Amino acid sequence: MRYLSLTPEERREMLAALGLENVDQLFSSIPATVRLGRRLNLPAPMSESEVLDFFKAAGAKNVSTEDRACFLGAGAYNHFIPSVIDSIISRSEFYTAYTPYQPEISQGTLQSIFEYQTLICQLTGMDVANASLYDGSSATAEATLMSTRVTGRKRVLVSATLHPEYRRVLGTYISNLDIQAQEIRCGDDGRLDAAELASALSADVAAVILQSPNFFGVIEDIAAVAGVARPAGALTVVAVSEALSLGLLKPPGDLGADIVAGEGQSFGVPLSFGGPYLGLFACREQHKRQMPGRLVGQTVDTEGRRGFVLTLSTREQHIRREKATSNICTNQGLCALIAAIYLSALGRKGLREVAEQNLRKAHYLKRLLGDRLVFSGPTFNEFVVRCPQKPEELNRRLLGEGIIGGLPLGRFFGDRTDQMLVCVTEQTTRSQMDDFARVFSRA
Amino acid sequence: MNVPKDLFYTKEHEWISVKDDTGVVGITDHAQKELGDVVYVDLPEAGSRFETGEAFGSVESVKAVSEVYSPVTGRILEVNSSLSDAPETINQDPYVKGWMVRVKLEDSTELHNLMSADDYKRYLEEELGE
Repeated sequence: MRYLSLTPEERREMLAALGLENVDQLFSSIPATVRLGRRLNLPAPMSESEVLDFFKAAGAKNVSTEDRACFLGAGAYNHFIPSVIDSIISRSEFYTAYTPYQPEISQGTLQSIFEYQTLICQLTGMDVANASLYDGSSATAEATLMSTRVTGRKRVLVSATLHPEYRRVLGTYISNLDIQAQEIRCGDDGRLDAAELASALSADVAAVILQSPNFFGVIEDIAAVAGVARPAGALTVVAVSEALSLGLLKPPGDLGADIVAGEGQSFGVPLSFGGPYLGLFACREQHKRQMPGRLVGQTVDTEGRRGFVLTLSTREQHIRREKATSNICTNQGLCALIAAIYLSALGRKGLREVAEQNLRKAHYLKRLLGDRLVFSGPTFNEFVVRCPQKPEELNRRLLGEGIIGGLPLGRFFGDRTDQMLVCVTEQTTRSQMDDFARVFSRA
Repeated sequence: MNVPKDLFYTKEHEWISVKDDTGVVGITDHAQKELGDVVYVDLPEAGSRFETGEAFGSVESVKAVSEVYSPVTGRILEVNSSLSDAPETINQDPYVKGWMVRVKLEDSTELHNLMSADDYKRYLEEELGE
């Protein structure tokens, strides 16, 4: 849409229609005591070239994954982004963040979302995927709410190894609802404590919510969890923060998950200081009417030609009002398109190859730091190590050597102030890992 | 407009037929016509209890979704599970095969607040100009 500013003549006409003399009169109802009464304290205007210089200088202060080795993961992953993504998403036909309502003028966008949904179903092993939500944390929170609608129960069991930020968002979502969350700890292997889970399950539990690979990088035994949740009538909600793991691990749906929610940033979405990211959401056919968010379906027009439309909209706010399944009635259109392009460009084989590279490289570093590992459970591309010195101090030394270190766990876990979550992706080179291990061990 | 005798009716276009203290509830012929092709019916679980006027389920058509309100207070004895596979039954046969729930009445005097077939016909003519 073009931005056309108003002419002074147009302003006069509008004021005349309102019976006013000047724009200030529009604000006369705001008490003088709360008005600023002076100009904003802003620097003088700059020319275009001055603005460019200003931002170049500011940008040069950034430390980016472009020019540093990066061992930071924890929900935001430094993966390679194929150039084809920028080239396709920059087409003006696609360049909107919004979900289109009108199938008459939006077939291209709707088809891209339909293909995205299909890819997510294939990756997660689920029947239905929505057009995406905001991010992994809100998708996990929405999955929690959905589990209470499906079961009519009001208590959920949340793994302590669900990403701490996801847990915070989940807590906010349920803080004013009649839903109780109980935390389930992990054992020495870093996996959900099966005994504690079994004793916490009861006839009022709507869902068990766990992440895999979990926040400590450990791959959970989803089948075992679903195996005890199902007989108790509880759903199994699997959150995935590292979506690339789906390229290698068995799909959660094949292991008994009822809802898969997660973060799709790994599929070609830039790190971008934490967002915009991509909320993945998929469920079983039998629960689709309780699913939040938009959904694109395939149909035929009056002449039998294939077409795409928004479907099952009766779940949504514009029809169902306060009884809608969610107050989210949009999606991350552009990021979903990015994921669809990423997955299509790599293909089944390519995705598996990238995932294998993550696994192999991470295990190379794991071997180098072998005696420092905290958990014995299997991992994908992240793992926790006990540091020989304070993790924050270690990170300062690493940065001095051009390396962005891992995440000090003390930030989220008071009993883990000596531990660091380390991530290795296909972008990490062997010499970077050797350097990391050298600085790490020299402490 | 098909408005069978011996049924009781609500202003929200539900019907209930009562034998002893058990009622069978559905939506009227007028309601199904207004909704159009029914594509989904959401029904409660047997055993749940609803007060008069409380929504116990919903009927979804290609153009709208409507709550269905309980004409009486009582506990659900049985739901018409065949509607989940064949929701169009509500369009085809709203008063017999398209029944929605069987309910155990707690207070049969509540039926006095409902409309007779003649009342409902008049209501449709007057209120809705039919």
